[in-house]
Amino acid sequence: MRLTCDVVVVGAGAVGAACALYAARAGLDVCVVDRGQVAGGTTGAGEGNLLVSDKAPGPELELALLSAGLWAGLADELGPAVEYEPKGGLVVAKTPGELSALHGLAERQRAAGVAAVRVGPRELAELEPHLSPGLAGGVLHPQDAQVMPALAAAHVIRASGARLHTGSNVTGVLRGRSGAVRGVRTARGDIHAPAVVNAAGTWGGELAALAGTHLPVLPRRGFVLVTEPLPRMVRHKVYAADYVADVASDSAALRTSPVVEGTSAGPVLIGASRERIGFDRALSLPAVRALAAGAIGLFPFLEPVRALRTYAGFRPYLPDHLPAIGPDPRVPGLLHACGHEGAGIGLATGTGRLIAQALTGEATELDLGPFRPDRFGAPGTSPATRGGQTP
Amino acid sequence: MAERTRLAVVGAGPAGLAGALAAAARGVRVTLVDAAEQAGGQFFRRPAEAFAARRPPAPHPREHTWERLRDALDRYRAAGTVTHLTEHHVWCVERLPASRGFAVHALCGPAQEEGVTVRADAVLLATGGYERVLPFPGWTLPGVVTAGGAQAVLKGQLVLPGRTVVVAGTGPLLLPVAAGLAEAGARVAALVESAGPRALLRRAPALAGQPGKVAEGVHYAARLLRYGVRPLARHTVVEAHGADRLEAVTVAALDRGGRLAPGTARRVRCDALAVGHGLLPHTDLAETLGCALSGTDVRVDTEQRTDVPGVWAAGETTGVGGADLALAEGHIAGRSIAARLRGTAPDPRAWAVADRARTRLRAFAAALDAVYAPPSDWVDRMTDDTTVCRCEEVGAGRVREAVGALGAGDARSVKLLTRAGMGWCQGRMCGPAVAGLTGCPLTPGRRPFARPVPLGVLAGLPEPRPD
Ligand SMILES: Cc1cc2nc3c(=O)[nH]c(=O)nc-3n(C[C@H](O)[C@H](O)[C@H](O)COP(=O)(O)OP(=O)(O)OC[C@H]3O[C@@H](n4cnc5c(N)ncnc54)[C@H](O)[C@@H]3O)c2cc1C
Ligand SMILES: Cc1cc2nc3c(=O)[nH]c(=O)nc-3n(C[C@H](O)[C@H](O)[C@H](O)COP(=O)(O)OP(=O)(O)OC[C@H]3O[C@@H](n4cnc5c(N)ncnc54)[C@H](O)[C@@H]3O)c2cc1C
Repeated sequence: MRLTCDVVVVGAGAVGAACALYAARAGLDVCVVDRGQVAGGTTGAGEGNLLVSDKAPGPELELALLSAGLWAGLADELGPAVEYEPKGGLVVAKTPGELSALHGLAERQRAAGVAAVRVGPRELAELEPHLSPGLAGGVLHPQDAQVMPALAAAHVIRASGARLHTGSNVTGVLRGRSGAVRGVRTARGDIHAPAVVNAAGTWGGELAALAGTHLPVLPRRGFVLVTEPLPRMVRHKVYAADYVADVASDSAALRTSPVVEGTSAGPVLIGASRERIGFDRALSLPAVRALAAGAIGLFPFLEPVRALRTYAGFRPYLPDHLPAIGPDPRVPGLLHACGHEGAGIGLATGTGRLIAQALTGEATELDLGPFRPDRFGAPGTSPATRGGQTP
Repeated sequence: MAERTRLAVVGAGPAGLAGALAAAARGVRVTLVDAAEQAGGQFFRRPAEAFAARRPPAPHPREHTWERLRDALDRYRAAGTVTHLTEHHVWCVERLPASRGFAVHALCGPAQEEGVTVRADAVLLATGGYERVLPFPGWTLPGVVTAGGAQAVLKGQLVLPGRTVVVAGTGPLLLPVAAGLAEAGARVAALVESAGPRALLRRAPALAGQPGKVAEGVHYAARLLRYGVRPLARHTVVEAHGADRLEAVTVAALDRGGRLAPGTARRVRCDALAVGHGLLPHTDLAETLGCALSGTDVRVDTEQRTDVPGVWAAGETTGVGGADLALAEGHIAGRSIAARLRGTAPDPRAWAVADRARTRLRAFAAALDAVYAPPSDWVDRMTDDTTVCRCEEVGAGRVREAVGALGAGDARSVKLLTRAGMGWCQGRMCGPAVAGLTGCPLTPGRRPFARPVPLGVLAGLPEPRPD
């Protein structure tokens, strides 16, 4: 049988794009397949914060630090095209209690290699002149940056030189007699390759099932509000300290914390709500109401500013809030790169690098243990999640 | 503040008025919510009192119909059956959980800065349509306006877009627009229609079923002749010229295939160009409510019900077909709503006359639609530097690049990769051009906010109740 390429990446979102780039740069011949368009999945429905600030020490933070460095490198090549802005993140605390919790986190982050600078109330006003007065203080994270996610995915795929097949739904994963992967079946024909990367984001569980294995990826809905274009009023990515608690929350209920940022194109983005209600795209006024109220709380000037639009996306999450990255020991030739929840843009580059290293048999830069795709066991068996939490 | 009503009608054009009146006549309490200063919609747009006093407008061709609607509206308002909220821009209709009806969220105040919510048990969407814009080189020059815009300003403020006007594009609306401009004192230098006369003849049977409608066209054409204006069929405006405002346009003939005929171009001097390529339905409110669409139209059944219980739609929202069709559909919707709110099934025989008119007028609209098509090569004639999205200043070349080199393949991915459609108008204007350049059919965009909403209004929405 003739091979089409060395590796098929399923999914043309940010994660698939980065996998394609680093695999191609490692010398592999890559095809990217997507049933929709480039960035048509969650990548086109989220925001592009590249954050280290919201992560507690652990494997995700290590991945974020690796990724931040790689993004900065890519920015030399693609910076303006992907609207890369190393603007820094500013986390603010309303009360002294919140502030000391925030300082505690920053201390632990610093020990893990994160740059984190304490900011007093007066300096807050210098960093962000339009911020609400009366905040207790904050922490500045210079490593936080931003890209425009859809442009990032499109330009990274283009830079990879990989062949791109859009409008090609993967309907099956081809496997040999030994069970090893042989490529994918698409609505437009078979693509033969000895390796398949599952970068199908929120739909990664379905792709895993096509390959006869199990990965419990679930959707977590988020709304973003986009304002009319404004002159630069918000300089950093600014969010409230209670956001840190929300990210790791296991609650299915709506949790909202204001995350406010300006964009180079002018509009201010306000995100992001988090709720688990399946793939329901219907507008939730309670969610956007809470976002608007939170944003005005941080930046009172926003009150008369108009929201032009709002959109929803479905973050791909796994029960322990860590992505699945690396070879699936149950299906030789299948690698997973999905389940990055609310951080898939930021974590894309590191994920792509690790996948390329796994594909070429090099030692991976980070231990893939915490990201093992088989850590959840088979459906129905008790999942080996951290703390044993189930969704 | 949440006022409670049985029926909220969004839009006070022919469809909304007919619906509100038919329901009110059967005892339903109605709140009519409309963005304009006065009832009437596009067709019955009237000058504001202050303007009218200064210079009385020419009588409307359907003065009777208008008087009948206006008098009935005045009567029901006086009786308290109908509340008319003018200058209220609806930004979202929300379906409340647990069958608690609907919340119609609107903006009012001088700068549309104040939020108002009307609670209702049923909703009639009668928001009409907006003009389809097809860009061509030079179309963003000051002095180039839409045909509907020119007519709206003429009807509403009695102002002309220029002294020497070219009216161009395609569709039955060009005739009344040109006639109106000529009668108001403009020199109509040319009336340029891209459809050919043969196409009209081919549809003769469907058109013959509508003697009244054809007569209307003949009537406008005759009025134009009086001003020496003869329509140029199978012609198109290729380009608008001018240093910082419009000075002239290039007009050229089209061949049988609808493509530019070489060697036919000529320049026509003018200081205004009114272009129209037909209308597209407003579907934002329906789409956010979850109503099914078919193509670009809100889908309705024979009672004008959408597939969302409690939501009806009528008029241009459900497909473009003119004021008489809007009146018939609105009337049927109003009667259906009155019956359904009482918990009974309506008897369709009660609206047999309106039903027959609806059938006839829809067939007529479909025939017109087939006749009036833009030139087949309009997409190719956009040069790379022709602006497609005015709000975000995106040229056709950028859209072509996103499709050709970056993997975009539909309106959404083009929007994400070029920003076309991300600005104030949310892609209403550039939608057809982006679809043309991408090579995919025009689909209505998703616009959860039908109007830009101040964040303070969003933040001030009532807290969700736990029940
Ligand atoms: C509101 C919101 C805000 C967010 N903000 C941020 C942020 O600020 N920073 C950040 O880093 N992250 C953010 N995220 C998360 C981020 O968007 C996601 O983690 C990321 O986009 C996931 O990328 P992906 O490439 O894995 O998935 P996707 O972009 O969803 O790509 C998966 C692709 O796979 C394709 N696919 C699926 N199944 C098949 C199949 N069978 N055949 C062919 N193709 C298939 C899909 O069409 C899709 O294009 C946010 C998310 C949301 C919803
Ligand atoms: C230039 C032009 C010329 C025309 N000439 C003719 C003609 O000669 N003969 C003919 O038969 N037809 C003509 N028509 C078509 C005719 O105007 C329409 O068919 C008719 O008005 C449709 O009625 P409607 O009630 O569906 O919508 P409309 O009359 O458009 O009314 C819709 C109403 O809804 C309101 N609205 C929309 N969205 C919102 C919102 N979000 N919140 C609050 N209010 C909202 C608008 O303000 C408007 O008042 C013409 C149209 C145009 C544009």
